[in-house]
Amino acid sequence: MRNLTSGPGRLAFVLLPVLLSLLLAALLVLAVGREPQEVLEKIWQGAFRNTRSFAGVLNFWIPLTLASVGLFVTFRAGLWNIGIEGQILAGAIFASAGALTFDFPPELAPLQLLLQILLGVLGGMVWAGITGALKIWLGVNEIFGGMALNALAGVWGIYLISGPWYPEGGSAQQSRPFLENALYPALSREWPVGLLAIAMTAVAMVLVPLIMARTRWGLQLKATGSNPRSALLLGVPTSRVAMSAFLVCGVLAGIAGSYRVMFTYGSFRPLVAGGIGFLGLLVVLLSTMKPLWIPMIAFVFSAILAGSTRLRVSLQLDSSLAGVLQGTLVLVFILFQGLRQRLEARRDDLSTDASQPSASSQSGLTG
Amino acid sequence: MEIELRNIHKRFGSVHANNDISVVFPAGRITGILGENGAGKSTLMKILSGYQPADNGDILVDGRPSRFGSPEDAIQEGIGMLQQDPLDVGAFTTLENFVYGRPERVLPDWPAARKDLEEASAHLGFELEAEAPVERMSIALRQQLEIVRLLALGVKALILDEPTTGISAEQKQTLFAALQQLAHRDGVIILLVSHKLEDVITLCDKVVVLRDGRRIGEEDMPAPGETDPATLESIKSQLVHLMFGQELGPHVRLEVPLEKVVLKLENLNLRDRRLQIEDLNLSLRQGEVVGLAGLDNSGQGLTMRAICGLESVSSGRVLLEGQEMTNRSYRSFLHRGVVFGAAGRLEEGLIAGLTLTEHMALVRSERAVLDWPALESYTRESLKHYDVRGEAEDRIEQLSGGNQQRVLMALLPANPLLLILEQPTRGLDVESARWIWQQLLERREGGTAILFSSAELDELVAYSDRILVFYAGRVHEVSDVAATTIDELGYLIGGEFRQV
Repeated sequence: MRNLTSGPGRLAFVLLPVLLSLLLAALLVLAVGREPQEVLEKIWQGAFRNTRSFAGVLNFWIPLTLASVGLFVTFRAGLWNIGIEGQILAGAIFASAGALTFDFPPELAPLQLLLQILLGVLGGMVWAGITGALKIWLGVNEIFGGMALNALAGVWGIYLISGPWYPEGGSAQQSRPFLENALYPALSREWPVGLLAIAMTAVAMVLVPLIMARTRWGLQLKATGSNPRSALLLGVPTSRVAMSAFLVCGVLAGIAGSYRVMFTYGSFRPLVAGGIGFLGLLVVLLSTMKPLWIPMIAFVFSAILAGSTRLRVSLQLDSSLAGVLQGTLVLVFILFQGLRQRLEARRDDLSTDASQPSASSQSGLTG
Repeated sequence: MEIELRNIHKRFGSVHANNDISVVFPAGRITGILGENGAGKSTLMKILSGYQPADNGDILVDGRPSRFGSPEDAIQEGIGMLQQDPLDVGAFTTLENFVYGRPERVLPDWPAARKDLEEASAHLGFELEAEAPVERMSIALRQQLEIVRLLALGVKALILDEPTTGISAEQKQTLFAALQQLAHRDGVIILLVSHKLEDVITLCDKVVVLRDGRRIGEEDMPAPGETDPATLESIKSQLVHLMFGQELGPHVRLEVPLEKVVLKLENLNLRDRRLQIEDLNLSLRQGEVVGLAGLDNSGQGLTMRAICGLESVSSGRVLLEGQEMTNRSYRSFLHRGVVFGAAGRLEEGLIAGLTLTEHMALVRSERAVLDWPALESYTRESLKHYDVRGEAEDRIEQLSGGNQQRVLMALLPANPLLLILEQPTRGLDVESARWIWQQLLERREGGTAILFSSAELDELVAYSDRILVFYAGRVHEVSDVAATTIDELGYLIGGEFRQV
């Protein structure tokens, strides 16, 4: 068992699926009549050809990592927070409301920025809180509640740009552009990326795992996620703990939403969440609940996504090819994970005393 | 063949389960091993049959010192044990079960095996059918199969652990006739482990009595067919005297002054999908132990959970120290010192995947930031104190059932007001069960009231001040436990309320 979860065995189980999925993707590219190497080069160039393209990767990485860290918290509490997409969107809507309303004098610009971010946080928390309340007090499974709230946020967004936020002389595609004061300041012309957002992401990805490992709250989350009934009997306030997990995730999703409108687009659009929440679910699944992996996996995803926008420009290939590549990677990886668990289980059966029940490796994702 | 045990010692943590036991079992005799629950009978027999080693002492077979590493070794030496729950394989037929364990060629000789089985069965007056699937056979038939199987493996000493539990009177006669025949005609050593006086008196030639892990005495039994009531009664009282020390009646409980009322149930009505309990009244005082008897799912579980806020109460009141607590959350009960322990330890109570230290941190740490090194050393101390065989960093599911139950004990608050325990000793061996009760009774002396359910009538009678018998949601109270026999309790559990 040790060989598979640590050292070279573990590395093999990470690298093999990557290689295999690259191979599959290459076959796919060949099938549509292109050179795999060429496609790979274009994606690489799309992501890393200069500082501006690299900033594009980071602009995707920031909300993706924030959402993934939030999902790490809800997963730890045994919750499938599918509603993350709606929470990001709600954060974007709330932050946009601020951006479209406020017009502080330049010397108070930082205050306005802060208020808008806080509004985004509030939006994420409200949406997550509703999901949590439905789950905890009314027994509505968080997957169904989350899906419903995702749809609700989407409809609300469309209503806003076709009604209250309909731009003068524009089309109902997006709100009017936000004023300069309402945006996250960019680092520089060469590095168009929000430094404040990078800082918040860095803090979240370090602090959250630390809190999980070192505090009573983190332990209570783990206990609730592993066995809520036993946790309750051991005195854990399981309802409160589950609610707090939703709210923390809502905070991070709200910040992610605010960044999408207050930097990436500079205006509100109904599709502003852009599937980042769902992608976050995959990131956390692939990390096998090892929080250190989350920013790295999120970075790889961001690079592929940001880089692939060039495919259409230069190769007349649809950029959804990147999505296919990504999907292949996820499938193969999950396949290998299942394979590893099966091997471990077999090994446990062989090596441990029959009197000891073999422990199935609970990751908290199955709860 | 003759078996001699010399100075056998066995300790389980602080419990000295076998303390310097020496005894001789001659060929062709039926010896009863008598003692109350936890006297050390099963431990001694498990040592003799190779299931566990002794800490000290010798086993001599025909004067030769022998050492058994496994039941297989013991069978090689001619000693076989029939477990309470026969160790057969359900999906197989009688014949298939009969064949396994035979040191034969690769392929069994089926016709010969069938012939052996049928002859052995007829010889002992059994009615085993070769093609009958074991899973559809009664305990009695499975016992017969196991006896025949062990004898066919060349066993010359047969140990039976409480063989009359769960079989009918008629089946008992068949079994006893067969055992007498085996001993007196074929010269087999028969050892009968039991706590039932009637059984040992009827069957055995000699009875060895154990108490608190020691060999207390030995009595010769009257010849089979002895019917003089005076003789039987005097033997019985001698044996009782040996088993329990004084003739105080079977169950000595420490007198704890039962003071103020801790829990009061008033006209409680409970309901779940299967059953309904109406108008339940109970008051439980400090230091009182109330046992809940009944078949599975007769309402004990529902009642215990409703009392501490884990199931809802339809109507009626739950009062804790006079304060209304009806339908409050489990956490508010927990804050007042009411702790519930469920029968399924890993489903309700412990968390698979968490280490022992993490469990301890959940219940003990008052601080928001956990001091892991301190918690770890606290856990180590605690494990030592509760004699848990396991390390602080072990995950809970790596421990045995008995050790898991010990961990649960370690996790309890120091002085709970009321412990509500569902089958606290389920699945534990006698030694562990006894240890758990030591812990519980200590807390009882500190004033904790205990409400527990059990499937073991002995346990209920031994530890309860009062017993509530549940049958399909109906509740019957037995307030004078000392005057109750296990048979009476058995009738009640079966719903025969009028017999009492």
